Amino acid sequence: MCGIVGLFLKDRALEPQLGALLSGMLVTMTDRGPDSAGIAIYGTPAEGRAKITVQSPEPDAVFPGLQAALAEASGGSAEVAVKSTHAVISLDAGKVAAVRAALAAMPAVRVMGVGEAVEIFKEVGLPKDVIARFEIAGMPGSHGIGHTRMATESAVTTMGAHPFSTGADQCLVHNGSLSNHNGLRRVLRQKGMSFETENDTEVAAAYLTAEMAGGKNLGQALEGALEDLDGFFTFVVGTKSGFGVVRDPIACKPAVMAETDQYVAFGSEYRALANLPGIETARVWEPEPATVYFWEH
Amino acid sequence: MPVIDLATTPLRELNQALHDAATPGHNDTEFEVLNPKGAHAVAVGVAAPVDIQVKGSVGYYCGGMNEAASITVHGSAGPGVAENMMSGTVVIKGDASQYAGATGRGGLLVIEGNAASRCGISMKGINIVVRGNIGHMSAFMAQSGNLVVLGDAGEALGDSLYEARLFVRGAVKSLGADCVAKEMRPEHLQLLESLLAEAGITDVKPQEFTRYGSARTLYNFNIDNADAY
Repeated sequence: MCGIVGLFLKDRALEPQLGALLSGMLVTMTDRGPDSAGIAIYGTPAEGRAKITVQSPEPDAVFPGLQAALAEASGGSAEVAVKSTHAVISLDAGKVAAVRAALAAMPAVRVMGVGEAVEIFKEVGLPKDVIARFEIAGMPGSHGIGHTRMATESAVTTMGAHPFSTGADQCLVHNGSLSNHNGLRRVLRQKGMSFETENDTEVAAAYLTAEMAGGKNLGQALEGALEDLDGFFTFVVGTKSGFGVVRDPIACKPAVMAETDQYVAFGSEYRALANLPGIETARVWEPEPATVYFWEH
Repeated sequence: MPVIDLATTPLRELNQALHDAATPGHNDTEFEVLNPKGAHAVAVGVAAPVDIQVKGSVGYYCGGMNEAASITVHGSAGPGVAENMMSGTVVIKGDASQYAGATGRGGLLVIEGNAASRCGISMKGINIVVRGNIGHMSAFMAQSGNLVVLGDAGEALGDSLYEARLFVRGAVKSLGADCVAKEMRPEHLQLLESLLAEAGITDVKPQEFTRYGSARTLYNFNIDNADAY
């Protein structure tokens, strides 16, 4: 089943509350998928800096020495902030490739997401527990997406949790199941994309990344997804400054959106939106099948 | 009149109170439900002729299996509103999500806003009146009853339709397999007039609608029709 949520703020006055609002939305969707949960929060980028969110199954053994281990690759710019099983590495934007190469040589560290704005936290467990261990409710930001998973296409693991991020500041959450992901994964591998799981959603994320790397904007990439992805899907995607929604042409998977002067919100069900400020007077609608919706700051 | 606030009262207590209303010795005839906030299964399986006013939007299956009750939702409804309704009335003041009135066997479902995809799928005797538009694959395999739409219909209206009658006032994006436009005879105008009156709609005329129904070519398997299934 899966539950997905998204919140894109138009009113900067709400930014301090982003984590709290998104957390509330996600916890409400717990009964749509209690296997694992994840959230991506887009904060304010710092000039010339980038962020890499990493996860480790042995955080106590790995994270204390991580900053020192990355000192050379980052030119001394890396700063590590640990949050439970995740750590956010802040570094000079020009050193991302070198630090990623250094991280690739560390078997106990997995990269969750990279970008100037995004931080991604995901683990096996209930949304309320995942949100608490990463202190999501206190995080400010401009937009974010979240997912609570009922696994269908791959194992219940941290890496199988959503959001999936396959490009800088890009991430995607999915409700549904894709039927042509194995074939598409082979095609994308031939184009040089790499995959960390057997998950169908990772293929969708990588597809969008590859299309955008080829020159499309997110809206065009999502139009392409309607042609090239087979199966059921409601996708909510985030980019550094944008927020998009698309459903397959059959549109079996539920979706509700709300828009006010202050925000655009997405939920698998209206329940997820019911406690947002001003929801009583919001424009509430179901996104049409095979139609791309996109907002940008 | 009992007022049940779902912000403080569990949903089970609401539905139990509504079920109790059908047993001897219970005299409550009107209920008000506050703060539904998209809750699932609000007022399901009610078997008493009581009036239920829901103040807010509901989630999945509101009014499901309704028998005799009059339920009004002052908000929007999630998927499966009035699914398998037997009799009574369900009125949605806002929009309805997917498969509104699915498999309904009787009663009247009125949606004052728009309905999404698969409205009236497999309907078996229910009457559904939608003031706005309906989405794709509505009345798929509908067997009997009437679907009245004042706005437009999405793709594949009435696919594999049996004997349900569909009346659409606006545009139909496409007709499903075996669904065809049909002549509006006097008895259909009369039927439509009474359905509109029942739904409290007085500002449109039956003559503005087109009737759609089954061409009846798919009733029995015929190899020449294989492409249409």
